[in-house]
Amino acid sequence: MKYDIIIVGAGPAGMTAAIYARRANKTALLLEAASYGGQIINAHKIENYPAEPHISGFDFATKMYEQAKELGAEFRFEKVIAIKDNGDTKVVSTPSAEYECGAVIIATGSDKRKLGVAREDELVGRGVSYCAACDGAFFRKKTVAVAGGTRTALEDALYLADIAEKVYLIHRLDKFHGAEADYERLQARDNVEFLLNCEITALNADKKLESINVKSKDGSTQTVEVSGLFVAVGRVPENQNFASVIDLDEKGYAVSGEDCLTKTKGIFVAGDNRVKQVRQLVTAAADGAVAATAAVKYLNS
Amino acid sequence: MAVIKVTRDNFEAEVLKSDKPVLADFNADWCGPCRMLAPTLEEIAAERDDVKVVSINIDDEDILAEDYGVSSIPCLVVFKNGSEVNRSIGLRPKDAVLELLR
Repeated sequence: MKYDIIIVGAGPAGMTAAIYARRANKTALLLEAASYGGQIINAHKIENYPAEPHISGFDFATKMYEQAKELGAEFRFEKVIAIKDNGDTKVVSTPSAEYECGAVIIATGSDKRKLGVAREDELVGRGVSYCAACDGAFFRKKTVAVAGGTRTALEDALYLADIAEKVYLIHRLDKFHGAEADYERLQARDNVEFLLNCEITALNADKKLESINVKSKDGSTQTVEVSGLFVAVGRVPENQNFASVIDLDEKGYAVSGEDCLTKTKGIFVAGDNRVKQVRQLVTAAADGAVAATAAVKYLNS
Repeated sequence: MAVIKVTRDNFEAEVLKSDKPVLADFNADWCGPCRMLAPTLEEIAAERDDVKVVSINIDDEDILAEDYGVSSIPCLVVFKNGSEVNRSIGLRPKDAVLELLR
């Protein structure tokens, strides 16, 4: 069977696109590598989505999923590895199948960026974490480090300062662009120590993380004893498999405007994997609506 | 079979002394990925008679979590004859969870 629209990624952008596609009476298949919801399921509490003053990420994602299902969207849990443009027909491939459709919406979002230090993968769940809200509770009254200079890094450090005995914030620069307010709040905490202009060069562990080696720009090095390391060095858009049909910028984001169009007719992008200023739940959902509406218009023309 | 709730009181009997391999799910109510993983584990428990699936709440059983070095959830640990033989962290598709049991 040929679908009208295939949506790659079942996060808030993809599921919103499915809702709009179905309401326009187009068949819609969502292909998702892991589970519906995307990164929002990690959010303990969402408090900035209009008309939902307090909701957990899991409940939010589940409500969206149920809404899309009820409208007749189809979900399959397979990772998309390629998209081929044959004009009026697009072919979307997963490791186990090929699906045909008239239009594709790429809403793959982004994945955590790794620190890139030896043993990082091996120590995930043994001291290394990418989610302070998820794993912070394991480090009550312990010493932890946060790596990164992003707003998330500062928020993580603030959150952990309430739980942990001591928090080191390690950043390779000495400035926090766009997060000065959080930086000031952190400076007021007695149990937060800043290691600025510093890089983590090694993770030392037997079974669990025990310490990290930190090297400063001035050349000095030190070993810092920590039980936990929270990595918050940004995110990477998941567009690698689609470079043949969409243009990517130097950071890997899909080049597109607010219209969600790409260089290929009938292929659209929506959500965090697109070049944009604001990456929030509500803007991801907005993209889903814009992309689906554009896809419907394309199919009807 | 259903997923069995395990505490420090029945951990030894249900996990360490189990005659079947045990798939232990360390989780918490507030953990979104854990809740997302739960239906997969329920399916496996229902489909596989040769495996016992247990759930351990890390807030109630912080000592078990500490003993087994769990510092990130969801954390799946496979036990055979009382010893850990496999482990994975984070939300995994069903195929990947079944792979842990191979």
